[in-house]
Amino acid sequence: MSDNPVFKQIEHEIGANDVVLFMKGTPVFPQCGFSAAVVQVLNHLDVTFKGIDILADPALRQGVKEFSQWPTIPQLYVKGEFVGGCDIIREMFSTGELTEMFQTKGVPVAVTA
Amino acid sequence: MAMDPKSIEQMIKEALPDATVRIDDLRGDGDHYAAYVVSSAFKGKSRIQQHQMVYAALKGRMGNELHALALQTATE
Repeated sequence: MSDNPVFKQIEHEIGANDVVLFMKGTPVFPQCGFSAAVVQVLNHLDVTFKGIDILADPALRQGVKEFSQWPTIPQLYVKGEFVGGCDIIREMFSTGELTEMFQTKGVPVAVTA
Repeated sequence: MAMDPKSIEQMIKEALPDATVRIDDLRGDGDHYAAYVVSSAFKGKSRIQQHQMVYAALKGRMGNELHALALQTATE
């Protein structure tokens, strides 16, 4: 598993940054509605995150799917742990679980109604 | 490229025989679906694991032929 150099790169990114979003496009210019939706949620919660554009790197695009055992992009990692894709993030946001999760993990988050 | 909703439902039910599956074609284009899957097999699993079970049932089609499947899972 760890002989894949892309996995090392992913492990480095999710280790060095508290919140990492593997996405299509950039946080400023998302190139897919699902990526845009997650960016919108993170911005709404005022969470600082690193967006990584997988469209710019085909090896990473494939690698992160294998790494997470998750077939789609976007993918959100918090403190090195895979949280989910767009559906899960949206669901967790609407139930308030997402805010709770950030707080539990010690990530600064804006508490809004 | 696109998949018809019947085959999506069929593949999910093959892997999760007790599942109740509802598929909505979100845009009527045969390419953007929402699936609501209820199965007792999800009991005790995290949301990520539940979604992974559905993705596994779709045998690699998710993210390929199946571009968009908004997924919601529940145990009852």
